[in-house]
Amino acid sequence: MVDISSDRRTVLDGLQFTSPADAEVRIEPVAAMSRLALRGRPGIETAVAPVFGFNLPSTACTSATAAEYAALWVGPDEWLVTAPDGRVDVVKAALEEACAGVPHAITDISHRNVGLTISGPKATWVLSHGCPLDFDLAAFPVGMCTRTLLGRTEVVLWRRAEDTFRIEVWRTFADYLIGFLNEARKELAA
Amino acid sequence: MLIINCPYCGARPEVEFRHAGEAHVARPAGTESLTDEEVVDRLYFRSNPKGMTVERWRHVHGCGRFFNAVRDTVSDFFVTTYKTGEPKPDLEALKAGAAK
Repeated sequence: MVDISSDRRTVLDGLQFTSPADAEVRIEPVAAMSRLALRGRPGIETAVAPVFGFNLPSTACTSATAAEYAALWVGPDEWLVTAPDGRVDVVKAALEEACAGVPHAITDISHRNVGLTISGPKATWVLSHGCPLDFDLAAFPVGMCTRTLLGRTEVVLWRRAEDTFRIEVWRTFADYLIGFLNEARKELAA
Repeated sequence: MLIINCPYCGARPEVEFRHAGEAHVARPAGTESLTDEEVVDRLYFRSNPKGMTVERWRHVHGCGRFFNAVRDTVSDFFVTTYKTGEPKPDLEALKAGAAK
């Protein structure tokens, strides 16, 4: 009998993550996780607290994390929420219950995005090849997150530490983006 | 590159923004009683001034929000930006301020 079952593969399989420039800047894939696009009217910030253990950040371009959840402000009524892999249905159901009194929309985007980590002393140098934002710690502090353009593609950038950034990119653009970042860091390996 | 001040996110590079036409173009009430000329005027005619103009912009690669901006069409200078729904600023006062 012919085996017609399919394996789950990420679009990052087979892409080049190692480089002679690894000492200066490393690019690594982030393990699969649950992601939700959460939108809602004022009041939703506190309504979700019983699920997450924190209020949604209401200040522009800030993030909140606790235990296994993270919520990133991406718009005045829009947040990107991450949770452990395989938990999306549970989290979504809990959120639906918690937000019952507030007009809202919760969309599972776990497989729409892939995550990358870019870290090292030259991380901001590489990001600056395709992003005109100011990455000085005063202008882009640790914990800040924003949707922006990197190269020709839209990403969510999240500063996790002084020299560590998380990139969330739509999966079909991941191939392009990694090629772009590898091209940018080629100079460091010379 | 221009720096545009998003009313929600603050100062951001211009590549994140998209122009979205003239601002404060209100849909007239009682559309069934409009003449053809009035409909054409609303749909297709814009003021297109030389100098300060009020426009809608969208921070499409940022917070995604529409907002209004006062821009000088000669110098491409963004005089001010404000949230959708807020009143149209007094352009004469802004011009007087810019002339100083």
